[in-house]
Amino acid sequence: MDTSLVLVLLLAPFLGFLFNVFLGKKAGKSVVGIVGTLSVVVSFAITLYLFGNAGKEPVVVNLFDWITIERFNVKFGFLLDQLSILWLLFVTGIGSLIHLYSISYMHDDEKIHSFFAYLNLFIFFMITLVMGSNLLMMFIGWEGVGLCSYLLIGFWYKNQDFNDAAKKAFIMNRIGDLGFLIGIFIVGSLFNTLDFTSLKTIITTIDDINDLWIALAALALFIGACGKSAQIPLYTWLPDAMAGPTPVSALIHAATMVTAGIFMLTRLNFLFDMAPSVQNIIAIVGAVTALVAATIALVQNDIKKVLAYSTVSQLGLMFLALGFGAYEVAVFHVITHAFFKACLFLGSGSVIHGLHGEQDMRKMGGLKKTMPITFITMLIASLAIAGIFPLAGFWSKDEILMTAFHHNIVLWVIGSIASIMTAFYMFRLIYLTFFNSFRGTEEQKHHLHESPSLITVPLIILAIFSFFGGIISLPGHSWLNEYLAPLFSKVSHEEHTLGTTEYALMAIATIGAIIGIGIAYKKYLKDNTIPSEDAEITGLSKVLYNKYYVDEAYDAIFVKPVNVLSSFFRDAVETTLSALVFGLGKVTNEIALQGKKVHNGSVGLYLFAFVLGVCAILTYLFL
Amino acid sequence: MNNILNQIGIENYIFLSVILFCIGVFGVLYRRNAIIVFMSIEIMLNAVNLLFVAFSTYHQDAQGQVFVFFSMAVAAAEVAVGLAILVSIFRNMDTIDVGNLKNLKG
Repeated sequence: MDTSLVLVLLLAPFLGFLFNVFLGKKAGKSVVGIVGTLSVVVSFAITLYLFGNAGKEPVVVNLFDWITIERFNVKFGFLLDQLSILWLLFVTGIGSLIHLYSISYMHDDEKIHSFFAYLNLFIFFMITLVMGSNLLMMFIGWEGVGLCSYLLIGFWYKNQDFNDAAKKAFIMNRIGDLGFLIGIFIVGSLFNTLDFTSLKTIITTIDDINDLWIALAALALFIGACGKSAQIPLYTWLPDAMAGPTPVSALIHAATMVTAGIFMLTRLNFLFDMAPSVQNIIAIVGAVTALVAATIALVQNDIKKVLAYSTVSQLGLMFLALGFGAYEVAVFHVITHAFFKACLFLGSGSVIHGLHGEQDMRKMGGLKKTMPITFITMLIASLAIAGIFPLAGFWSKDEILMTAFHHNIVLWVIGSIASIMTAFYMFRLIYLTFFNSFRGTEEQKHHLHESPSLITVPLIILAIFSFFGGIISLPGHSWLNEYLAPLFSKVSHEEHTLGTTEYALMAIATIGAIIGIGIAYKKYLKDNTIPSEDAEITGLSKVLYNKYYVDEAYDAIFVKPVNVLSSFFRDAVETTLSALVFGLGKVTNEIALQGKKVHNGSVGLYLFAFVLGVCAILTYLFL
Repeated sequence: MNNILNQIGIENYIFLSVILFCIGVFGVLYRRNAIIVFMSIEIMLNAVNLLFVAFSTYHQDAQGQVFVFFSMAVAAAEVAVGLAILVSIFRNMDTIDVGNLKNLKG
């Protein structure tokens, strides 16, 4: 029963993929969308069933032995425990909504069948990643989602910039993947198994543990997570990934794929608990990423770029929590973030759709009246991400900051500043987009309209979840913490009793958020400031607007030297080598040309040569 | 048997067969008629046969004569094949002059 359910859950999106790839063009646009969406809805329904019927014990489904080398054995199997079911819930749930949204959003695109094919394939790989029962299975999904991300970022492949963005994402991820692979190798050679359940048993019971190698494995795995979840120093691909269609940004680059790193760290929590030094690195990297990305987001003018940097910043906060071993807090923020960030991205997609492709917020404004549903849903999501009581983001962000406060006051300050900035740039986005008067062309103004219901319904659903999502883990009565408890080897870290400190922290966070919103209100609504044109940006904001010149620095440090090296190889080394090789060929050719003259076809000459040869041999032998 | 070798020394047989062999070689090298070339090859073969028989007698060992039988049988077979080739060359090219057979030119 379990086996067949799991197989259907896994294979439904894959069948959708096959259908859309091979029959999609013939089947027509509406069929493609319906098949694509249904295949994910089937998975969602099964996940709901599994969620409802799951016991405390994890379900393991082994299909067959994949690799067996002496005592080392990797099974092609799936593990359904609380963590994977939770992840499956929002991957397939939000996935279904975004598929639904895409039917309308991508309706005019002639390659809509391949779009849905890629989306289905993505869901398939994401399910593999989440359900894999060992590191290698997870790696299959890990690589697969990277591939789909590449395909979807470069979906409009006629634009070279988009292709470059796709390649950048792929290559940056590859760096992280190498770390992940090295981590897998170290774990495999240390413990002779890659299976999560056995690893947990071994690591929690073993006495003479090799600290150094464990730390190295944890570090390598964390580098993998950095690549996929866009942390410093591998974050620059995510903002560029906004080149893809907006539903892709919402699904892959905000809600699901980029949280794979957090999933991996949570899955291997027992390993990371053994490496406190690596945990410190994780916390610091997370906090710094959160702050850096938030500052960049302050001045971006592309609506999707703001959201992209906001995603990087929020992922940084999640890593901050992971670094303190507060896995359930990070998971909580992953879930709430998936709701409000998906909502924000889909909302921005609705705006872009309404303006026929315009993404620059300087050319928006006053959309409140023409797009009321988009406005209200985005406002709710923005309030949620800003951390306003009692929306979902308030609870999750507050828990992260509270954890940080108890462990490291400096990182708490950094995280708090980042979240105040979050409130500011989100409301900057809202004010610039929806308030004051419209700044686009007359023609655009004429065509302004609210998006069709296929777009607004997912928005409304996500907005509702952004509003109420916090109830799954209220301080004191955390359903989530109890649900996830079996996963963690340590007794869940000190439950925050709600004392004065906690209330004070909540108050500080809320006041911070209100201050951020207030500044944005003053600057962009009352004073009606419009961000200046690209050329007029000066000073600090120019540095921020240009993203601290990190791309340029990477270009100078890594890309240029590699180019120089490759042109050296092409011009110097390759020329020499080919001269050598071709020279050999030429010499052979020349010898053959000369030798050919002997072969003049005269039998007499051949015989003469033969006799001469025999004479020579005889002379040599007997004299 | 011994009488013959007593009367005429073994060295004379060797000289004779060397002379015969050289005649064969020069015949092969200088004559252009394929049939003559062929005959020259036969002369070389028989020079060797003569040497075999001579040494067989000298050593009082029948092995050499056995080899001669083999080589004569092979030579007969070779003549049959070689003449057949010559016939077909003649039919195709109207000549058996080896100087004209230049199709092997590289």
